Amino acid sequence: MARNPIIEEPSVVPVAVGGAGAGTGGFQAGGGGRGGSGGGPGDLHGAVAQRTYLTGLTMGLAAILMFFMALVSAFIVRQGLSNDWRAFALPPILWVNTAILLASSFTIEASRRKLNRGDQQGFRHWWFMTTALGLLFLAGQLIAWRQLVHAGVYLASNPSSSFFYVLTAAHGIHLLGGIVALVAIAYWNWDRARVTRSTATQMAAVYWHFLDGLWIFLFLLLKLGQ
Amino acid sequence: MSAQPHSVTHHSEAPKSFIRRYIFSTDHKVIGVQYWLLALAAVTVGMVLSWLFRAHLAWPHLVIPGFGGQMRPEQYLALVTMHGTIMVFFVLTVAPQSGFGNYFLPIQIGADDMAFPTLNMLSFWITLVAFLVLISAFFTSGGAPINGWTSYPPLSAVGSVSGPGQGMGETLWVISIGLFCLASLLTALNFISTTIEMRAPGMSLMRMPLTVWGWFVTAVLGLLAFGVLLAACILLLLDRLAMTSFFVPGGLVFNDTQPALAHAGGSPLLWEHLFWFFGHPEVYIAILPAMGITSHILSNFSRKPIFGYKAMAYSLCAIGFLSFTVWGHHMFVSGMSPYSALAFSFLTLIIGVPSAIKTFNWLGTLWGGKIQFTTPMLFAIGFVSLFVTGGLSGLFLAQPSIDLPLHDTYFVIAHFHLVMAVAAIFGIFAGTYYWFPKMFGRRMSEKLGKTHFWFTFVGAYLTFMPMHWMGIMGALRRYASPGGLGFVARMAPIDIFITIAAFVTGAAQLLFYFNFFWSLRHGEKVDENPWHATTLEWSIPSPPPHGNFLAAPHVYRGPYEYSVPGYTEDYLPQHLTPEQVAQTAEAGS
Repeated sequence: MARNPIIEEPSVVPVAVGGAGAGTGGFQAGGGGRGGSGGGPGDLHGAVAQRTYLTGLTMGLAAILMFFMALVSAFIVRQGLSNDWRAFALPPILWVNTAILLASSFTIEASRRKLNRGDQQGFRHWWFMTTALGLLFLAGQLIAWRQLVHAGVYLASNPSSSFFYVLTAAHGIHLLGGIVALVAIAYWNWDRARVTRSTATQMAAVYWHFLDGLWIFLFLLLKLGQ
Repeated sequence: MSAQPHSVTHHSEAPKSFIRRYIFSTDHKVIGVQYWLLALAAVTVGMVLSWLFRAHLAWPHLVIPGFGGQMRPEQYLALVTMHGTIMVFFVLTVAPQSGFGNYFLPIQIGADDMAFPTLNMLSFWITLVAFLVLISAFFTSGGAPINGWTSYPPLSAVGSVSGPGQGMGETLWVISIGLFCLASLLTALNFISTTIEMRAPGMSLMRMPLTVWGWFVTAVLGLLAFGVLLAACILLLLDRLAMTSFFVPGGLVFNDTQPALAHAGGSPLLWEHLFWFFGHPEVYIAILPAMGITSHILSNFSRKPIFGYKAMAYSLCAIGFLSFTVWGHHMFVSGMSPYSALAFSFLTLIIGVPSAIKTFNWLGTLWGGKIQFTTPMLFAIGFVSLFVTGGLSGLFLAQPSIDLPLHDTYFVIAHFHLVMAVAAIFGIFAGTYYWFPKMFGRRMSEKLGKTHFWFTFVGAYLTFMPMHWMGIMGALRRYASPGGLGFVARMAPIDIFITIAAFVTGAAQLLFYFNFFWSLRHGEKVDENPWHATTLEWSIPSPPPHGNFLAAPHVYRGPYEYSVPGYTEDYLPQHLTPEQVAQTAEAGS
């Protein structure tokens, strides 16, 4: 569960409430101070605790994980059941792609560190670096697909290739969503947003690491499952 | 537990324009009503479809307009497929969870809206698109798909070679269900985040109304189950459109004129595993919210605290957990190892334990209560009756040796219609009659409501009880006509009886439609708490304003404080401060 304390949110203080009997916690009517921009009468939305967004993200990741576990269990069962599973050589560029994605996890953390220190320039620098690495990874995956197609390994050639394309495509689409989030965060107008930039960058980073870890798992699965 | 403070005084202004207010609204109450109306449209379509195929079963030679003569087998199969799909997904999943849950979960926990209102709006519109995509299957050249709501391959995976509706119609089915999965995942995410993070001060987990527990556990099931079905739908779509072989075995031949299909080596059983890993939690997704609503209403109209609150909450969780371990009991005839079947059977029977806890606690709540037989109360009691009746036949079907001869017979139809379909519908009716005054500030007619109840209650039993006997006698489901089977043909009088019962029960639903729409304008006006209930939704005006609460709610006690000794009123609302309670007590003594 995401229960991290949230930076820049001094006004969100959890109120302990007695489990039995009358609650004693003081109710906080305001809760309005939002990262940097400050709450006020012009505040458009109810103050949702920033932690809520991380909880929502955690739930989203659980759902995505179940989606991939369904595909992975299908992969394992389909391979075990059949005698028509034909292995094919994975394109070596996948190693490069893996390294790129791993590196991007480090750059996104570097970016968040800069943001926490108030270094806007550094934040944007590393943030765009991460975006570029993400795009590079996707380009590398497309190249891997092209190489397989040239080798005559198509989507419907064999269950092994079908699963390769499905798993890489499903992961790629999720990563594309991550890239869209990175770009959106870079250009968002935080004055009018319900979510603070600090929370948004944290969410993007958690999502990014998740997809990074997921890719390593899928890559090992595809590698060992051949 | 600590509950997160959040502002209710700073909620956004209600949007002014009609479109933002009632069409593309982010207000959870409007979205809840939208879901409810979608389910009403869907249930109407689904019910008419069932009338059509019931008419065919009773009178096979009947010529129904629009079918080009007597109903052909593929037309019959299209009707049952669409009936099942519409009812399971767009009625039983949409109304109790997305409809009532959206409307009342935030209010009952003291929140001003869902955690992610825009996402909530998106979920509804995706669901609506999914429904329209599904309905459009009727208007393709081949018609609607014919492989049942479970969409088993290989029939569902090979295109129109396996039947007229299996071309474009089935493709639309898969796309529709995929979209539905996506919307349901977003809804589940929203419900869980809201329940965890948006509770008012004092609203600890063990002070949540059991309705909230029902929606919360259901959301967890949805979050973990719909992703699996989405994955399965994507694989099925690839089999259909890209000639992959996930589910289609090699060398498949459909008729003499066509060569064997080019697919190779896929496993239809793989779909069954993925589908039922979703499918069994799905039946609890349909029923758990109704269990919550029933608990809530039984306590309210018995004027007693719910019997065993914690046991009720924990048994919901137990049923939710167990529902992920029993999918194999839908597949006893698939040739699974007897040892696997034994394990699935054992786990299935274990679900009887939390189910029995719930049933005993419902009866314990009624026991010795000052029962008020209002319409919602009647439907809640009806739910308990149907759940017990349908649940008992579940104990038969959970055992492989008994399931083998009963599988795919009308016994199964009878079982799941009583325990899941009609029971959940009773939950929806109970919720509608109960919360109508809150949603619209008026009461539905009790006289019409009670008439509606008795017709529906007796009619449901008359429709589905005989199916048990037909099933035991060997009548198979999904057969358009029993023509070649003499022993089934001799059951024709039962079929006619069932069909007439279904027509009468269906016609009785007109009372509900009339009552609902008439009461919107002409129902008796009521104050904010007509049922003298305790939970937070009854502390605010009817209908609730945008943002729900005029002042920040604070919760001081559990949800079912009825007939508290020493207190003047027989209900003690959750939001009353101890000072207010003391004053009332003094004034009364």
